[in-house]
Amino acid sequence: MNKVMSNKWVIAMYVLPALLLILVLIYVPIILTGYYGLMKWDGIGEMDFIGLSNYTKLLTDDDFWQSSLNSLLLAIFSLLSLIGYLAISLVLAAKIKGADLLRKIYLIPMLLSSVAIAQLWLKIYHPSNGLLNSLLVFFGVDNPPAWLAEPNLVLGAIFVPIIWQYAGFYILIYYAALKNIPDSVIEAAKIDGASPLQIAYKIKLPLIMGVIKVTIVLSFVGSLKYFDLIYVMTGGGPNGASEVIASYMYKQAFNSYNFGYGSAVGFALLLFCLLATVVIQRLTRTDDEVEY
Amino acid sequence: MTETGQQEVKLQKSEGNAAGKFGYAILYLILGIIAVLQIYPLIWLVFFSLKTNQEVFNASPFALPADPKWENYATVWTQGNINLYFFNSVWITLVSVALTILLASFVTFAITRMNWKLSKLVLGLFMIGLMIPVHSTLIPLFNFFLSINLIDHPLALILTYTAFNLPLTIMILLGFYSTLPREVEEAAVIDGSSIHRIFFQITLPMSMPVMSTTFIINMIYNWNEFVFINTFISSDSYKTLTVGIQNFIGQYSTDWGAIGATLVISILPILIAFVFLSNKIVEGIAAGAVKG
Repeated sequence: MNKVMSNKWVIAMYVLPALLLILVLIYVPIILTGYYGLMKWDGIGEMDFIGLSNYTKLLTDDDFWQSSLNSLLLAIFSLLSLIGYLAISLVLAAKIKGADLLRKIYLIPMLLSSVAIAQLWLKIYHPSNGLLNSLLVFFGVDNPPAWLAEPNLVLGAIFVPIIWQYAGFYILIYYAALKNIPDSVIEAAKIDGASPLQIAYKIKLPLIMGVIKVTIVLSFVGSLKYFDLIYVMTGGGPNGASEVIASYMYKQAFNSYNFGYGSAVGFALLLFCLLATVVIQRLTRTDDEVEY
Repeated sequence: MTETGQQEVKLQKSEGNAAGKFGYAILYLILGIIAVLQIYPLIWLVFFSLKTNQEVFNASPFALPADPKWENYATVWTQGNINLYFFNSVWITLVSVALTILLASFVTFAITRMNWKLSKLVLGLFMIGLMIPVHSTLIPLFNFFLSINLIDHPLALILTYTAFNLPLTIMILLGFYSTLPREVEEAAVIDGSSIHRIFFQITLPMSMPVMSTTFIINMIYNWNEFVFINTFISSDSYKTLTVGIQNFIGQYSTDWGAIGATLVISILPILIAFVFLSNKIVEGIAAGAVKG
């Protein structure tokens, strides 16, 4: 048994193709993006080594910090919306008839491509014929705004389809976690006279804290990486008001042909994501994991 | 539970009955409204895909299409190149998914069934791959495919999709493989079967249920992918639906019926898959998220 299952050639044959793919297409590029950041390079011609000047330029680049701030705002909005998803999941998991069907309906937007979602919401936000402004006019609002053209509104307007897309995903995760709590725990609390709110707050939430922590990382780091939806809906506009880190990187490289500087932005994105993951895990660390 | 305990619970239940029913009614109302918000934009999309521009601009956006224009679909299917993009989406998705599942199964088999020193390290490499932001790899990947003449070639997409979906696929497979009984495989080893025979004729068929989960999840991800194809592919003949509809809408930006029809065509396969395989999809999404 052991001899057959330790055959080095077979192991190499089974593991190497996949390993080679992730090394060449994920790990090497991650290192290269930091390296390209040291270059002045138009993407086609020769690379010129310019040391850290791309990275020092980043520190004083207002457009980069504006896009980082926008990404951070989206990440904070996403974190706050988790509270709403959690509340809905608590209700859904509390012996609601049709809960299974409802959570599947909630999930549907999550299955669509960000491009399709962006195009659909461009129509919903259409200033004169869109669903939203038609509704507002119907309720007597005189001059509803052109949502995606107002620098003050655009980020919030973009966040709505993001909620629409991801709500079902987080509700699904919380619901599954809540359903895993044994009935006996809840029954015992009821007999002790705990109110439904107390049960939710003092028993259910602590029991699914592990899952909540995972979703905090997922939503925060995931938001730092938003690209598709914003690229299609506004292209970062108007005037950079909805620019995020990934779209700024894309523009620098593929529209302005500053591949060196774009790589530096891409590397900064990687660092922000890793930093956020580590910080969140530190902040949410607890000594004793609850078990049941 | 003591008898008094039971009586107390009953008492509390009857007291809370009227208020409880009212509370439940409100909860159902809220859950129902959320369901409508999740679904209605898609219904509205189907409506305007069947309208003429005149209807869109002059009639209420909530109205049913007066005389459904099914020809909107026929027109975009042939004249808008949507049939080509659709075909490309299908084959590129299928080839990538098949390759991903095969390679991931090899790796999972080697990690869970075979004995080798580096297995923990290799597994770690795959799992860390889950955390890497794809945008940070974009510029180096573009340069890599350019240098080996694979830019504007579907192989660049297939390899990239496979590499980036391997970590998640392996993670889902691992959970299942670790629960599979090993007796059959052990008996086969004693009977002198080769390891390939065991993998292809015993383990792979036994993992059918989890393979179908990974299949549908991978299919959704690849079908919806946008960044890589938007960056790597420039000729129309290799474009998939996500970038294809972007192109198409750029050209026909004022024709609501045509835009609606292309969007419906692009999301329909996923919606149909969801109707028949919703449990598999829910399972795959939950498995992929919670452990990440």
